[in-house]
Amino acid sequence: MKPFTTIESHAAYLPATNIDTDIIFPARYLLLLDREGLGQYLFRDRRYEDDGTPVPDFVLNRAPFTDAKVLIAGSGFGCGSSREQAVWALTGHGICCVIAPSFGEIFASNSLKNGLLPLILSEELTADLGARAKIGAIFTIDLQNRVLKVDGEAVAPIDIPEDQRQALLNGWDETDILVKEEGERIAAFEQSHRAAQPWLFLETRL
Amino acid sequence: MADRTLYEKIWSSHVIRDYEDGSSLIYVDRHLLHEVSTPQSFLAMEEKGRTLHRRSANLAVPDHAVPTVDRHKPIADPLARAQTQRLIENVARHDIPFIPLDDLRQGIVHVVGPEQGFTLPGITLACGDSHTSTHGALGALAFGIGASECGIVMATQAIRQRRAKTMRVTVTGTRAPWITAKDIALTLIARIGANGASGHAIEYAGPVISAMSMAERMTLCNMSIESGARVGMIAPDETTFDYIAGRPLAPTGEMLERALAYWKTLHSDPGAVFDREVTIGVTGLAPVVTWGNSPEDVLPIDGCIPAPAAEPDATRRGRRERALSYMGLSAEAPIEGTPIDAVFIGSCTNGRLEDLRAAAAIATGRKVAPGVRAIVVPGSGLVGRQAEAEGLVEIFRTAGFEWRAAGCSMCVAMNGDRLEPGQRCASTSNRNFEGRQGAGGRTHLMSPAMAAAAAVTGCLTDVRKLVGAEA
Ligand code: SF4
Repeated sequence: MKPFTTIESHAAYLPATNIDTDIIFPARYLLLLDREGLGQYLFRDRRYEDDGTPVPDFVLNRAPFTDAKVLIAGSGFGCGSSREQAVWALTGHGICCVIAPSFGEIFASNSLKNGLLPLILSEELTADLGARAKIGAIFTIDLQNRVLKVDGEAVAPIDIPEDQRQALLNGWDETDILVKEEGERIAAFEQSHRAAQPWLFLETRL
Repeated sequence: MADRTLYEKIWSSHVIRDYEDGSSLIYVDRHLLHEVSTPQSFLAMEEKGRTLHRRSANLAVPDHAVPTVDRHKPIADPLARAQTQRLIENVARHDIPFIPLDDLRQGIVHVVGPEQGFTLPGITLACGDSHTSTHGALGALAFGIGASECGIVMATQAIRQRRAKTMRVTVTGTRAPWITAKDIALTLIARIGANGASGHAIEYAGPVISAMSMAERMTLCNMSIESGARVGMIAPDETTFDYIAGRPLAPTGEMLERALAYWKTLHSDPGAVFDREVTIGVTGLAPVVTWGNSPEDVLPIDGCIPAPAAEPDATRRGRRERALSYMGLSAEAPIEGTPIDAVFIGSCTNGRLEDLRAAAAIATGRKVAPGVRAIVVPGSGLVGRQAEAEGLVEIFRTAGFEWRAAGCSMCVAMNGDRLEPGQRCASTSNRNFEGRQGAGGRTHLMSPAMAAAAAVTGCLTDVRKLVGAEA
């Protein structure tokens, strides 16, 4: 995973609530086997007509938001299906941070595995930032110093757990850490768990 | 020890270590795999030269992308064929227990897990699918994860998570005929909202739950994710233990006795404190359907579509307006009588034998309305075989329903079973999102009996009126 560096960018505002992962990445593209190249399917059915022409008033089709790295959305962003493709489509498009009052839980944990910051702010503040985004304000996501700035002025602290912050900043792979640091603990736990609940460790024969 | 909730008991018995930041490393007893969410997980695991941690903790079955017709032929869609083939190769390379497409036991992961006895009380179970909450019906702590996390679980059998807050949903009262677990689930989501249980693990309790069959409990836990909860669970009881006994992968003999002794301790203690308590009274409840594009957009079948103007919040008003236009409905019109084009009976929510029985009871002696395409897709091949044995398949066919092979089918529309733009569907699945059943398709969620009633009348129908007062 790429280390998270400070972002400065326009922000695209999608005020709708409950933007589910089917909207972010329609199911029919889940048949693709790759993680790469999925940015083109981001919001496919809202961003493009059936024949592939861009929908002119969809925010990501309008300058200066076409290459916005920040997305601001209503509550419940990423609810629904657990598909990680929703995150890969966002990052594939170049989005590094989504700001919303709440997120689908699986979406939020998927984001953190892929260098995408899910930033929770109050409903009021989100709407306020959305309004500023619309008129072209520049957002700065400074994770190092835990601060969100709009047009250079600090508007909110970036308040996420320290482990998640470190993982994003350093681009850590969680499995690497588990494998390197927790292997013995996992093995020891497994041994005592096996003794307590041996029926969970029968060999599966189908 | 202080009184604890069911969730806390299972959680704490799986904690490998607590970190200072409030997260924990927890052990994952079981991992279910399907073809759609795992190709990238295997890649990630293998890129790093890692191996599978423990073979028998895993069970794989293709379900999402597989066709429900012509199963003796190779899969026609090249992408679906490649994805299913990829799963076959991946599981072979790691010797993961696998149920192939031509096996009678094949079906939707969340139907197959409990059916095979892979899901047991007191376990942690993960799967790259949000409806993994289904397995909580057996008293398991089961949750959906993403593809990266699937790779982590395969390699380590562990996952780092934060403990959820707890919410108890107590269901009381007396259910009228035709009021199903699906109606109760949708009523709860309407009450607390599609994000209402976000951050929480739900425990369903109360007399109505105790009286429910396992199939109904699974329907209810399945829909937990639609209220934002990653986990839904029900304390195991005699109904659960009877269900498990004799299942192929369940313990037997002395092992089962030991397990039962433990499983009987898995309930919230009398003094356990939940972060939130919600009570749902079911007395007087009418069968419900959804009208919009969120599972919280619920109406009693005799209700009228809400007017956006009545919603004071501008964002929510906007969402209602968009939903009305997407769904092709008019504000304040009665929902009953809305003409439909398609009916889908199936999915991990309502694709079990009891669901098919309920639908068949309505289909008996009736015909699918002209112009309506109705399909019935069993949750597994074993459900299908039993439906055949009980004569349900014959009833469906005679009534003009298409009978299919097991899979996710039109719940997610990845396999060719899908709505055309603008088509309206009475569906027993769990999501009415825009495009969920095919781009431009319009989904109304409801119970199997209600979907069957819609099939035979050609419009959204109150099943109680259809069968008359005698039921
Ligand atoms: S039936 Fe639908 S909800 Fe269930 S696992 Fe399949 S696609 Fe997901």
